[in-house]
Amino acid sequence: MSAIKDIDVKEGVDQETVDAVREVGGEYKYGWNTEIEMEYAPKGVNTDIVRLISDKNEEPEWMTEWRLAAFSRWENMQEPNWAMVSYPKIDFQDQYYYARPVSMIEKPKSIHDVDPKLLATYDKLGIPLKEQMILAGVEGAEDAPTTPRKVAVDAVFDSVSVGTTFKDELKKVGVIFCSISEAIREYPELVKKYLGSVVPVSDNYYATLNSAVFSDGSFVYIPPGVRCPMELSTYFRINAENTGQFERTLIIADKGSYVSYLEGCTAPKRDVAQLHAAVVEIVLEEDAEVKYSTVQNWFPGDEDGNGGIYNFVTKRADCRGDRSKVMWTQVETGSAVTWKYPSCILRGDDTQGEFYSIAIANNHQQADTGTKMVHLGKNTKSRIVSKGISAGVAQNTYRGLVSMHPKAKSSRNYTQCDSLLIGDKCGAHTVPYIEVKNNSSRVEHEATTSKVDDEQLFYCRQRGMDEEEAVALVVNGFCKDVLQALPMEFAMEAQQLVAISLEGSVG
Amino acid sequence: MALAQTKVTATQARLDAMSLPKIGWSSGARADAQTRVAAMGLPVRRDEYWKYTRPDELTSPNVKSAKASVQDNASIFGSLGCLSIVFEDGVFNAEKSDKLEGTDISLELLSEVNDLDIHWALSLYGALETKGQTPVDRPLAALNTAYAREGLLMHVKGTVAKPISLVYLQNSDNDDVMLHHVIKLDKGASATILESGPAGARCNIVMETEIEDGASLNHVRAQGRNHERRAATHLFARLNQESQFKSFTLTMNGALTRNEAFVEICGDDSVAHIAGASVGNGEFHHDDTVFIKHDALRGESRQVFKKVLRNGATGVFQGKILVKPGAQKTDGYQISQSLLLDDDSQFLAKPELEIYADDVVCSHGSTSGAIDEEAIFYLNTRGIPKLEATNLLTLAFLAEALSEVEDEDIAEVMERRLEDWLTRRL
Repeated sequence: MSAIKDIDVKEGVDQETVDAVREVGGEYKYGWNTEIEMEYAPKGVNTDIVRLISDKNEEPEWMTEWRLAAFSRWENMQEPNWAMVSYPKIDFQDQYYYARPVSMIEKPKSIHDVDPKLLATYDKLGIPLKEQMILAGVEGAEDAPTTPRKVAVDAVFDSVSVGTTFKDELKKVGVIFCSISEAIREYPELVKKYLGSVVPVSDNYYATLNSAVFSDGSFVYIPPGVRCPMELSTYFRINAENTGQFERTLIIADKGSYVSYLEGCTAPKRDVAQLHAAVVEIVLEEDAEVKYSTVQNWFPGDEDGNGGIYNFVTKRADCRGDRSKVMWTQVETGSAVTWKYPSCILRGDDTQGEFYSIAIANNHQQADTGTKMVHLGKNTKSRIVSKGISAGVAQNTYRGLVSMHPKAKSSRNYTQCDSLLIGDKCGAHTVPYIEVKNNSSRVEHEATTSKVDDEQLFYCRQRGMDEEEAVALVVNGFCKDVLQALPMEFAMEAQQLVAISLEGSVG
Repeated sequence: MALAQTKVTATQARLDAMSLPKIGWSSGARADAQTRVAAMGLPVRRDEYWKYTRPDELTSPNVKSAKASVQDNASIFGSLGCLSIVFEDGVFNAEKSDKLEGTDISLELLSEVNDLDIHWALSLYGALETKGQTPVDRPLAALNTAYAREGLLMHVKGTVAKPISLVYLQNSDNDDVMLHHVIKLDKGASATILESGPAGARCNIVMETEIEDGASLNHVRAQGRNHERRAATHLFARLNQESQFKSFTLTMNGALTRNEAFVEICGDDSVAHIAGASVGNGEFHHDDTVFIKHDALRGESRQVFKKVLRNGATGVFQGKILVKPGAQKTDGYQISQSLLLDDDSQFLAKPELEIYADDVVCSHGSTSGAIDEEAIFYLNTRGIPKLEATNLLTLAFLAEALSEVEDEDIAEVMERRLEDWLTRRL
């Protein structure tokens, strides 16, 4: 069981929080493996592998060239070493870059034709790939009085998308939701226009590698004025051994559109660490709004730090159009090493970016995560709320950038990051970069011990609560700012985390 | 990682242009420091630690000239009845200085004792600087250890009431000044050390400070007003049990200032405060880079930095609190704030925490913004004209940093200097 069971926790730390963290960091529930026949590309990465991936996806020539250009760039790049994480040197030639179930070689015509073993895998994960009304596990949803919520799912298994639900229903309103490999074939103009326009090929070491070898992922286009009638989601599952997953997601929200997008991910328990290097690009035109929520639950490695996923992810949203708004919400509980900074480029005037994060690192986990808010347009607003919790011998770092460009007049940022240490062998770190280049903008960064607010307590007492009840209510408010931002589909995960408070945090 | 060839070449060129003092008690420390510089390489813009400040003008073999003026040389602490020690263009001036003597204190000049075979400062000279090279390189400090030929060696054995005032005069427009001070406070001793003046067109000043159990050192610095000067300073302090170190720096103008502080709290129940107020106008780049390491129980540290910037001035703050494993009950506080008086100025900050102990309180905050128009309006309605109101609010903004200066007389001198700056410029 978890390493935090036997340690002394300092006074003031809420026992419920300790229990909740133990629960989250306890036995990994998704560590089973699906026995299925796989087809692999040869180990390692080179131009032949890049061509092979492009070939398998039946891509047009321009896409192959794009990948090859990325690969030749990547060969001359250095692996970044600035994050506060350490892991043995990765041998990029000692893993598979493409693995797909043999049953997927012939593309199934519909979800019904997909190998039952694959469907069972997602079923077991609570993500049934049927066009049913609700996702399993959402308590109370069965007897919800209003119309049941629908969620369309794109399921990615190792290197391929095994199926996308509700495609036809979405098409009726003009929403395109499919795998990126399909989009490259079916909507080349859209892909050509937007792919790499938010995260350029040369952005960073892992993004460049991803540009060369990404095998699949999801594509979303919401036409002007359309409010996507259901939540869209992608579920990533790594199953094969010694295989890296490189997925690419591209979301385009055209003028005045809205979409809420969910992402989930798990992997089996393996002794050897596996690489996951994804890129997510979001384009927002005028008045568009996108909510992107993640519960990251990759295998974190065992209690001694063996195995686990190295999660090196580049996520960025470009608020190009005026008044567009993006919101990132992440709950990071998995991965052995996390290197992830979902960012917002606030290019249009009056655009808004929000980032809500809970990162829980236990045992030997290392998380270096945060966000970048780049304010370029006038009257842009951003808000960052980050809660980091470390237990065991884990290291948890918040790293963020808030940049106010000279032209971003009258912009606002508010950042709050809190950390909690459970035990005296772990670490909590904060590395914010703040760059203010005009004086009509206000930037505030805070990382303070969260204390119970006397005024709030007084208010509760006035309404007849006894002191204990009042404290519980106020303290429980801690994670709420983040959890509230999570869509209902993550209710299960949220319920688990609700007990966490940062009372007793170190700053 | 191997150094880039350009860095190696540039560093070697600089080292070749200087000569290393080869005799006396410090020669070993100097040779070691020279090796350190060669291994680290002098800083370049691409270094993460120099992300917000261009080091070129501090590292180049050529010094940019800065016009010396009599007015800039007027000592700010003249009225406080200090023991003055004057360095003119980096050279000790006996005529302008007081006698280097006092009860419970020994004051010596590096230039005068450097050739001796043995000296008490041997255990400290370059030693604290070496410790300060982890986790990040401070090559300019190592360069100073290797080549500085002048500085004060001060040994405090009891309570010394009279402040020791180091006055840095500048007479030449092109001087490149290097000073290295070593300060040691015995158990239970206490002293106040002041620094003021522009020192040179370019200066590199290192102060290494060992504070023994129960000792207390106050350090107050007013950096020269010369608009064109460039300065790199390093403050290294090691605090033993129940000791106290308080440092405050006032910076007004100067083309380029990089003030680094490296404070190590090694003894339990010690207190370290590092604070600064800076006001800059036009071609002004001011960088406070502070690192406080808690390696003992119940340590308290405060970092308070306030910057007022206008006409394209730049303010930088890089601060870090490191709490080592086992440094329980640490209380760390860090605040950096800037007031941008117009749209051309900028504030760049990296306020960091690195915590490895669970029973501690550390908080940090950083804000940046313009002056509160509503407050100005309020004062206007009470008959205070806009300029005066702006001055009042600016001084109020700086007050938290100024309140770190405990001695009322010194604080008043500082405040008057600030008021003067504001009136002249607004």
